Amino acid sequence: MRKILVTLLFLLFGTSAFADCNIKSGSINILANDFPALRTFVETSKQCKGSADFKVTHSSEHNKIAVPALTANPSEFSARIAANSSIVPLMNQDLIRPLDDLVKKYGKGIQDSQLITIDGKVMAVAFMANTQHLYYREDVLKDLGIAIPKTYEEVVAASEKIRASGKMQYPYAAAYKAGWNLAEEFVNMFIGHGGEFFKSGSAEPNINNAKGVATLNMLKKLSELSNPDYLTHDSEAIKVEWESGNVALMTLWASRSGTLLDDEGDPNITKATKLTGPATVGGGNIPAATLWWDGFTLAKNRPDADAEATFRALAHAASNKKMVADAADQAVWLVEGFVPGPKSIGVIEAVKMGAKPYPMLPQMGLMHGALGSEIVEFLQGKESAEQALKDVEAAYISKAKEQGFL
Amino acid sequence: MPNKTFFWFFLPTGLAMILFIGLPIISTGIQSFYAQHDQVVKEVKKCDPFGCTVSIVVDNEETSKIREAKPLGKFNGFGTYTDRNHLAVDEIKKFWNETESFSAFVDQVTNLPFYKALIFTLTYCLFVTPNVLLLGFVIALSLNAVARKIRGPLIFGTILPMIVTPLVGSLVLFWMIDSQGIIGANIQNLMNDPYLSLKSSKTLTWITIIIYGIWHHSPFAFVVFYAALQTVPQEPIEAAIIDGASRFQRIKHIVLPHIYPVVTFVALISLMDNFRVFEPIIGFSAEGSAQSLSWLIYDNLVNEEVILFGSAAATSMMTIIGIAILLAPVLIRTWKEFKTAR
Repeated sequence: MRKILVTLLFLLFGTSAFADCNIKSGSINILANDFPALRTFVETSKQCKGSADFKVTHSSEHNKIAVPALTANPSEFSARIAANSSIVPLMNQDLIRPLDDLVKKYGKGIQDSQLITIDGKVMAVAFMANTQHLYYREDVLKDLGIAIPKTYEEVVAASEKIRASGKMQYPYAAAYKAGWNLAEEFVNMFIGHGGEFFKSGSAEPNINNAKGVATLNMLKKLSELSNPDYLTHDSEAIKVEWESGNVALMTLWASRSGTLLDDEGDPNITKATKLTGPATVGGGNIPAATLWWDGFTLAKNRPDADAEATFRALAHAASNKKMVADAADQAVWLVEGFVPGPKSIGVIEAVKMGAKPYPMLPQMGLMHGALGSEIVEFLQGKESAEQALKDVEAAYISKAKEQGFL
Repeated sequence: MPNKTFFWFFLPTGLAMILFIGLPIISTGIQSFYAQHDQVVKEVKKCDPFGCTVSIVVDNEETSKIREAKPLGKFNGFGTYTDRNHLAVDEIKKFWNETESFSAFVDQVTNLPFYKALIFTLTYCLFVTPNVLLLGFVIALSLNAVARKIRGPLIFGTILPMIVTPLVGSLVLFWMIDSQGIIGANIQNLMNDPYLSLKSSKTLTWITIIIYGIWHHSPFAFVVFYAALQTVPQEPIEAAIIDGASRFQRIKHIVLPHIYPVVTFVALISLMDNFRVFEPIIGFSAEGSAQSLSWLIYDNLVNEEVILFGSAAATSMMTIIGIAILLAPVLIRTWKEFKTAR
């Protein structure tokens, strides 16, 4: 209760303390995913709204809404908080506007490194970075004398040891829910093996090879060490598993560390929860993980006045030193003045180790979709790795042909 | 009713049906014959906080020119219908020529997404519909026999599964069958197998969804049957009792023939409903093990970051055709009866 009160007071105080940005007209309507860092970001931009109309929709279903809502003219939203993958459909359909003029006019505090430029034009302004990395239970590993795993081979060995000790039945967890999540794990592991999803310079798939098979075999080994319901577990579900003390090693998003390490739940587990960089796999030297940025884009089908008002409000947050200092725990901010805390280890390690960003290619969404449904039967032991990869490629090719990529 | 009166009576409904059902179906049908234009891509430099790379993007200027010229897309004829993700004509021919035994052929075919979904959808219909009819009828008969005083609360309890929103109902069951949930954990104990999971096994997932379907749909059959039972005349039943007919004989020879048209109606509606099975798949997070035709449409429209309108439209059309084929025997029969009645 006291915490809520303090937060409320802070919010009240905060709003009055910040001078607004003197926005006189226009209306602002933002579509964003729903996690704490994004809420903080949008709240910060709201302080600057002036007399402009301000609306926001936080939804974990944001991907499903974005393209239809921005296709309408005028578009429902004036801004969309996007990431590497979700900016692609917006680019494909030509739904977002270049921001160069606005950056020049109002983007004083924004660092150059925050600008996402495509063909020389600024299409988005990033404000936070994300990746999936390892979490471990210090107490469990110490008890059994296991070193902190650096590769997925070590993760497998450690998990087997924990299982053999009888401490935990399913010591490993990752978001393997059939669909987007499972496909994302494949993408990470495949990149860790040094794979390229497409033959260079074309949209022809390139996953049915030794690297693809090795990727699937590793996913299978890990799935056997996970709760048998793994095909239904998303990030939220494995977070719950972790907080119930059923898991000792986990691959999870960096942006979830905030809620994982908050005051709720068993304090002993929270205390023993430690973060480390993402693991490598198959003797590779880059991590089996992808780097993500979250940034804002502005809708094309919206009057210039709205775009200007929206940009000014969001730029206020994207260059806000106070926000990144106050919410240093919530994310790895790309904003100037951010001092990385203990919860940022995962992302910082990933960058140091040379992790690759998620491929920002127009046809990648189709590949991701095909992976999410076609590799399930392999994990269930119903078909061979080669057959599963052949199915993925065939499913992808049909979709890519329909979309005109092949 | 004279035909003319019927015409004017039906006109408003008919217009609304054409506007809200007929035209969208036609538009979906047209959409299914088109694919996206060939994408014009160009190589550009992309920079983000993690560095710069040279890769491809869609050339929007060129694309918008092509789109303006032909807004519907590229005419594809039955191309979408016959591709691998739908009827897979070429693949099936290939499997037929290459596989040695019939079972290997069936294995290959059922590995294709459309047939996989079709098999689940049909299995679901085949198990759920008769069981719903049977269970609904049995419950209606039993409730009709209990004392009037307690009938009200009992009826309310019985139709509860239908009142509960499908997603909520399936979620509750989903949590119960979790390996740490009350049903899941008990089954593990019972079978003495700590790795047994109702959610990871395909067969068990199918069984769970089918049981859920029966649980959810039975009240509908029950309500209709119960209402129909109230109209059964008492005289022939009393006469049958005097003649010494058993309860079973009375139901078979008097009650069933009387409510027969209602049974046909419930069967029709159940079949249509079950063929469109969708919510339990989402509720049970069963996408991995069970896919239905409706789920395929959903997947094409929202699960991918690139929306596949052509694919979704083609699957929709085939679902409509599928329902028509399933309903054909019942409809033909009703039509014949209607003719003889005149």
